[in-house]
Amino acid sequence: MQLSREALLRAYRQMKVIREFEERLHVDIQTGEIAGFTHLYCGQEAVAVGVCEHLSVDDKIVSTHRGHGHCLAKGCDVNGMMKEIWGSREGLCKGKGGSMHIADVDKGMLGANGIVGAGAPIAVGAGIAAKIDGKGKVAITFSGDGACNQGTTFEAMNMAVVTKAATIFVFENNHYSEHTGFEYAVGTNKDIASRAEAFGMKVWRGDGTDFFSVYETMREVLDYVRVPGNGPAAVEFDTERFFGHFEGDPQRYRGPGELDRIREMRDCLKNFRKSVTDAGLLEHADLDALDAEVLEVIEESVRQAKAADRPTAEDVLTDVYISY
Amino acid sequence: MAKMMYRDAVVSTIAEEMERDENVVCLGEDIVGGMGTPGGPEAIGGIWSTSTGLFGKFGADRVIDTPISESAIMGAAAGLALSGKRPIAELMFADFIGVSLDQIWNQLAKFRYMFGGKTKCPAVIRMAYGAGYNAAAQHSQAVHQILTGMPGLKVVMPTTPADVKGLLRTAIRDDDPVIFLEHKALYGVSGEVPDDPDFMIPFGHARLSRAGQDVTIVSTGLLLGFCEAVADKLAAEGIGCDVIDLRTTSPLDEEAILDSVEVTGRLVVVDEAPPRCSLGADICALVAEKAFASLKAPPLSVNPPHTPIPFARELESAYLPSVDKIEAAVRKVLGYR
Repeated sequence: MQLSREALLRAYRQMKVIREFEERLHVDIQTGEIAGFTHLYCGQEAVAVGVCEHLSVDDKIVSTHRGHGHCLAKGCDVNGMMKEIWGSREGLCKGKGGSMHIADVDKGMLGANGIVGAGAPIAVGAGIAAKIDGKGKVAITFSGDGACNQGTTFEAMNMAVVTKAATIFVFENNHYSEHTGFEYAVGTNKDIASRAEAFGMKVWRGDGTDFFSVYETMREVLDYVRVPGNGPAAVEFDTERFFGHFEGDPQRYRGPGELDRIREMRDCLKNFRKSVTDAGLLEHADLDALDAEVLEVIEESVRQAKAADRPTAEDVLTDVYISY
Repeated sequence: MAKMMYRDAVVSTIAEEMERDENVVCLGEDIVGGMGTPGGPEAIGGIWSTSTGLFGKFGADRVIDTPISESAIMGAAAGLALSGKRPIAELMFADFIGVSLDQIWNQLAKFRYMFGGKTKCPAVIRMAYGAGYNAAAQHSQAVHQILTGMPGLKVVMPTTPADVKGLLRTAIRDDDPVIFLEHKALYGVSGEVPDDPDFMIPFGHARLSRAGQDVTIVSTGLLLGFCEAVADKLAAEGIGCDVIDLRTTSPLDEEAILDSVEVTGRLVVVDEAPPRCSLGADICALVAEKAFASLKAPPLSVNPPHTPIPFARELESAYLPSVDKIEAAVRKVLGYR
């Protein structure tokens, strides 16, 4: 199905916002001004955007430690996110969550998560809630090839099948669980989707560096899961991680020329640009204009983050309980 | 007032709250009992009979029988709570927190804080805990020691059927995550329970079950009854004991403890969990810090020893604080000079 010009521009812009958000963090983190551990999503933008462009605010997602892309794609405010990562009390989570715990439940974003594999069970609960409500809403959990080896993910897949939860397991295979290769760590045929299939789910596969592959695959997945009574499904997207596991990771595990090659051949933004301009759907100038606009959006978010209020010692004590 | 058993107070309160609020849902292993068997749904109805009849009344959407997957049960409760539901998840044995702790400790307990106070997480996690059934080291533990120390959780430990009713209703209507610990040796105990459909007991308010001027005894759960027996025996000798049933360990009713110790000057805490970093140690420290000038004797904590829980009857009896051990501790603080 052909996407409208507006939809194409929007998808590209969403991916570009994630890309530049992460590229800028990669630079700013090296100054030492940003505290803590940060895991960048660069390279995987087509997955977050290709999935979330189908979702409404009432659909839920549960994310990972590498969550900035999912948050932005689901509609979290760019400035609120940048402020959060800079630790401001004006941040989306008042500076109490940071990079690994960004959430905006009102937007259907139930949290990035610092514990690998913790998200899948939460998405089963959200998927059961969606099933009970019967309005065709879904809950999506993003998991990497690392999280696919956690027992929580196995429990969640079985529980989703047994309870017919409206849950979708999106596996982003970026070939590295932290610093360990997918070839080593995933025992079943080097294939995550077949593992999900063995739990009794209908599964799909797609190219996670190609927005159109993700988007069209997800249309099918969502058409299936939104039908009440069908239960869960799973999809595996093969993708690439342009940076290390965390910022500061020396990445000595990469092969010679690997990063240059994936940046050249497997960049979802380059691939998108080539597809839409070759097909005459958009002009280079359209995309160049978006590139410039997005750079200014990110620059502004950093300006705001640097100027924003810092939290105080009193803030430590609030938001633990509603009442105690 | 109606007379009912502790376990019936659990199931009737759940049923009343499910009736009142359609967002209340239950999940857990075998809470329906018999799913996928020739006997069919409700062939058993939960091993503690704390979910009997719920499935027939409220159906499969709201009474969710789960596989044996404790992480997924607790995680599903978290996801339900973030999605507008009010889940009541059952952990069949409190000891099973070991396999599900991440979802309780790192997820449920922390969502509100990590998300900057912009969400609520109204989940109740019910667990059967405690010794007395010779169920050995992995099916007998009192786990409040672990959970009370976790910011973000509230921890409730009812002793009587009336407290089950009032505290469980408060837990279900509370917007924070609540751990509700049911002592399995108390399930068959009967007591008077108020009929008021809105009867609630606020958290952090201890109950004075015996009043006296000479010594303060603090406990909750199965051992509270042991403390009452000691108090009744000493009363015959003219010695008065304040017996304080904590009801909740988080929040803790510090005021009730300190007010009592300021009068009695003597404290014995009776705790079913092992001694190190325990509720007993915590309350003794509290009193030492805040009521030091009132003390006439060093505060004492009566705990099981620093061992796993043994199996054989003789061993389990020797392990648990007994009426005799509690009496000896009380006489020790009374005799201090």
